[in-house]
Amino acid sequence: MNSLNVSLPGLELKNPIMPASGCFGFGREFSQLYDLSQLGAIMIKATTFEPRFGNPTPRVAETSAGMLNAIGLQNPGLEKVVNEELVWLEQCNVPIIANVAGSQEEDYVAVAKKISASPNVHALELNISCPNVKTGGIAFGTIPEIAKNLTKKVKEVSEVPVYVKLSPNVTNIVEMAKAVEDGGADGLTMINTLVGMRIDLKTGNPILANRTGGLSGPAIKPVALRMIYEVSQQVSLPIIGMGGIESAEDVIEYFYAGASAVAVGTANFVDPFVCPKIIDRLPELIEKLGYEHISECIGRSWKKHEKAAHYCS
Amino acid sequence: MIRQEQCTVISQNKLAENIYELTLQGELVHEMKEPGQFVHLKISGGYDPMLRRPISIAEILPDESRFKMIYRAEGRGTVMLSEKKPGDYADVLGPLGNGFPISEAGRGDTALLVGGGIGVPPLYELSKQLVSHGVKVIHVLGFQSASAVFYEEKFAQLGETYLATVDGSAGTKGFVTDVINKFKINFDVLYSCGPTPMLKALENQYSHKTVYLSLEERMGCGIGACFACVCHTGDDPDGYSYKKVCSDGPVFKAGEVVL
Repeated sequence: MNSLNVSLPGLELKNPIMPASGCFGFGREFSQLYDLSQLGAIMIKATTFEPRFGNPTPRVAETSAGMLNAIGLQNPGLEKVVNEELVWLEQCNVPIIANVAGSQEEDYVAVAKKISASPNVHALELNISCPNVKTGGIAFGTIPEIAKNLTKKVKEVSEVPVYVKLSPNVTNIVEMAKAVEDGGADGLTMINTLVGMRIDLKTGNPILANRTGGLSGPAIKPVALRMIYEVSQQVSLPIIGMGGIESAEDVIEYFYAGASAVAVGTANFVDPFVCPKIIDRLPELIEKLGYEHISECIGRSWKKHEKAAHYCS
Repeated sequence: MIRQEQCTVISQNKLAENIYELTLQGELVHEMKEPGQFVHLKISGGYDPMLRRPISIAEILPDESRFKMIYRAEGRGTVMLSEKKPGDYADVLGPLGNGFPISEAGRGDTALLVGGGIGVPPLYELSKQLVSHGVKVIHVLGFQSASAVFYEEKFAQLGETYLATVDGSAGTKGFVTDVINKFKINFDVLYSCGPTPMLKALENQYSHKTVYLSLEERMGCGIGACFACVCHTGDDPDGYSYKKVCSDGPVFKAGEVVL
């Protein structure tokens, strides 16, 4: 019996494990290492209307139990992603969640409309939270009314369900989640990176050429768990959780917080085989914890009554 | 093919100030095709450091399933690496990247190998392979000072070897380009690895020659997925075209990318 399959808006997944956007390119590199059809889905690198070169290097810096990145949404642009990358991905037989980014509303709408028409794109991830672009991006992710309106506009044109990627760089994450729910979002992905900095001791300058970057990795896991715990009790949308996941235990912790699926990001750089390893290990862990199916774990940290019922039955 | 393997530490030797030679044993040695490729090392099992470290391959010893790396213990990760002892393990991902094309130098040709500091190590395997293909090699190796010099004798066994040091404490005082000019060194193909200003100087001085340069950049994944180590291409220096140092390089033909 499959104890891992999940059903979310637009997504019938054989398991709830997917590489996070920006940590897996468009899949080509990892396809040399393992069969991508093992994955629940792939969140491909953010796509913008025009091609983007991104920021100058250095674009990454290590931190305690994490890393900073300021890639700057480098991507070949909508046309090439649709005509080359997504076409290439068809042979991999895995559902794609396309991350849609932009610096103004028209860009988001144009990308969403076209990319959502690709046959292997099963859902969109609306990137309103990239901390590494100078214009747009972050405003969409920090002002509830702007986030709601953008979600609404994208929903009007998208042929597939829309998941909105929330930024942790806000005072009230629940308010943001409710705003995009009002805007018609089908789901949430959370969290994007936290804005951070490291400084070179020799030069006295920030290590990243962009000065600031997005913090990811195990260091941000407690922040993500807390935010998912809060949001999952206040909105009815399914949540794809992310932030420092690197083991099957981490996956269960995210489900307990309230996630219905998870994405693995930075850990792919440390161990490129981490996703298939987690998928292999999960059924055993679920059984050990006394569940028949991973969906029973969703929100256990706050569904006290259901937990009790589970043990009584 | 790229493999991930727990390789065994065979030896760890200090060669110069903060410079170490590490010999590892593992089956992935048999995947190493070209000099100039690198491996991505996970130094500890935990989060300190968390990311892998890209380190060039200095010598491939397929008969013993071993390879050598020479690195500078500078940051936290490489200092921890220098504490590894024989019998310890290192998590190695590799081989990665594209190395120096040795076929660019034919039998009887002269290849000039120019290294700067911690860019010197990959030139050793390159030199060995060139010599075994009947290519005459000349080495010009630049270091900060005499205390930083390593492998001088080993290079000298393969071909003429000149040193340059910034403070003049060994070889010629000055830069590698000063040595090449002073001794009027002629060559058919030039291969180089070292600091970017050095690579730029060589690229400018020998724009009419066949020149291959190995670049260094901070990396994330090491396999081309994260876009951390991207550079502009020479034919589109301000546009959207790019090459990834990890998977398209680290060796590029001069002019192919913007240094």
